[in-house]
Amino acid sequence: MDGVSFDLTPGKVTGIVGESGCGKSVTALSVMGLVPTPPGRVVDGKILFHQRNLLDLNIRELRRIRGAGIAMIFQEPMTSLNPVYTIGNQISEMFRLHKGYSKKQALDAAVDMLERVQIPSPHKRVHEYPHQLSGGMRQRAMIAMAMSCDPEILIADEPTTALDVTVQAQILDLMHRLKDEFSTAIQLITHDLGVIAEMADQVVVMYAGQVVEQAGTLELFKHTLHPYTRGLLASIPVLGHRTLGMDEDLTEIKGMIPSLYDLPAGCRFSNRCPQVMDTCRTHLPELTDQGSGHQVRCWLHSKGTPP
Amino acid sequence: MKTPLAAVTDLKVHFPIKKGILARTVGHVYAVDGISFDIMPGETLGIVGESGCGKTTAGMAMVQLTPITSGSVQWKGTDMAAMNRAGVRALRRQMQLIFQDPYSSLNPRMTVHQILSDPMDVHDMFTGRQRKARIDFLLDTVGLSPGQAELYPHEFSGGQRQRIGIARALALDPTLIIGDEPVSALDVSIQAQIINLLKRLKRDFNLSLIIISHDLAVVEYICDRIIVMYLGKIVEAADYASLYKDPKHPYTRTLMSAIPVPDPEHRTRRIILKGDVPTPINPPGGCRFHTRCPDRMDICDKQEPVMQRFGDRHTAACHLYTKKDAPPLSINPN
Repeated sequence: MDGVSFDLTPGKVTGIVGESGCGKSVTALSVMGLVPTPPGRVVDGKILFHQRNLLDLNIRELRRIRGAGIAMIFQEPMTSLNPVYTIGNQISEMFRLHKGYSKKQALDAAVDMLERVQIPSPHKRVHEYPHQLSGGMRQRAMIAMAMSCDPEILIADEPTTALDVTVQAQILDLMHRLKDEFSTAIQLITHDLGVIAEMADQVVVMYAGQVVEQAGTLELFKHTLHPYTRGLLASIPVLGHRTLGMDEDLTEIKGMIPSLYDLPAGCRFSNRCPQVMDTCRTHLPELTDQGSGHQVRCWLHSKGTPP
Repeated sequence: MKTPLAAVTDLKVHFPIKKGILARTVGHVYAVDGISFDIMPGETLGIVGESGCGKTTAGMAMVQLTPITSGSVQWKGTDMAAMNRAGVRALRRQMQLIFQDPYSSLNPRMTVHQILSDPMDVHDMFTGRQRKARIDFLLDTVGLSPGQAELYPHEFSGGQRQRIGIARALALDPTLIIGDEPVSALDVSIQAQIINLLKRLKRDFNLSLIIISHDLAVVEYICDRIIVMYLGKIVEAADYASLYKDPKHPYTRTLMSAIPVPDPEHRTRRIILKGDVPTPINPPGGCRFHTRCPDRMDICDKQEPVMQRFGDRHTAACHLYTKKDAPPLSINPN
């Protein structure tokens, strides 16, 4: 990942969208200070949380912020919950560590949290192990754990990708309500532009480790500027489009995502771009502001002449 | 009337649950519980549903990869259960599979050439000098270059690996290809490439395709006809346009409304279902969807709805329509 900047606002959802290997998950991990070092390293930049640079904090200070200030949920709840502890045990740990509750208080608080994420019969579920819950229920338990200390930022890394659509609808609905209830800033990482359109206020589109376009959700979908974002939107099968005769075949983006070890010299999308120009192959465009907070990294929209 | 390529009649696949040191059967998983459908030559059929609905089991039962509890699968009018081993083997040449995960369905120790040769060796086809020409042709057909034949699967990207999987399925000139979630593991830009490739192959080789998927939008793009399954039963079957324009079953409607639309101006109110899909070990009585149905009535937990016909090729099983003038169907929804 290379030169990524964005803001998170209380009660708003910032969506980060991109395909595998574009660096969207690494973005999340670096906010939490969880990039495995070595081999990874945050080489440059700042992560400001209430004006404090998280990159300057030591591990103890960071631990206090993780969980209480910034919490995270992952794609596969089965692998991120501990299989040998009960759900109640894992949620109450949060209350005991960050709020100093007693065992009894913490368990009551855990039951309360399970109720808020709408797990039926929370008094019974609190004593169950992760394997006894369904996929949707496990994701609810994860959210309960993440929200237990009332974090200001919730990072959700593909929170619904492993779930069935009807369960995904439930979880998105739940996240929407919790965000309003707790006025949490949510960083939603996903590959699904449908989920983004549904949930996000602000969208960051990433390609091969860089932000290629960034705008308010409505602006991004209505005035899509970057050829990659346009290609991505055109390549999604939308329910009803074929029936309504809107397109019989899907538009595809030719070629494949470049490996991060072997990036094209100029613009990283140049080898797949349908509107590629000579400059694109040799010079990397800057992220430039197009007005009303819409930024794009493309020579087609760069003011001034390319070198 | 044309003979269907394959006809499935009242198919049931139940898996026993064994417990204890004596491995006594303590119950059954009712994975597929009485489904019937046909597939015509050159037709693309989509089977849609959520996890545990039996869509994969239905596909595997068609190629005899899982034992059938009752019911029948007929191939061009002949019951597959009545065929001998050689007959089934010859038939498998005509039915090929594509799997979801292109990472685990290719042998990492075999080159592409070996992977594509394997089925030809088994069935003794394209031997000798024809072999190389065949492999070059297959690679070219799926959008890879013949020069890549000596590479190993790890040297390809996910989308390219799925292309190898498709080339392998095409190797023996099959009549029917069954794809089990063929694009679910792929990135969106790659997914579109594979969807278009499948549509092109179907046209060029006059294939019949069965696409098993959880994604109604993907299925709508590829398929002529769509079957919606819930807990081992077919709840609705229709041509793609008819299903999209006029979904009958509340479950189909819910599935459609649950798909997030990539358009922030159309944040529609969706139908949010309560709870998860119940377990197929002990499915609810009456209509299986009654525990989650937004349109539930008194009759729904008491009596199982029968398939009813709406128009020419559209059927659904729901009590909402029981009293209407549509005559009930006996077995075959086609």
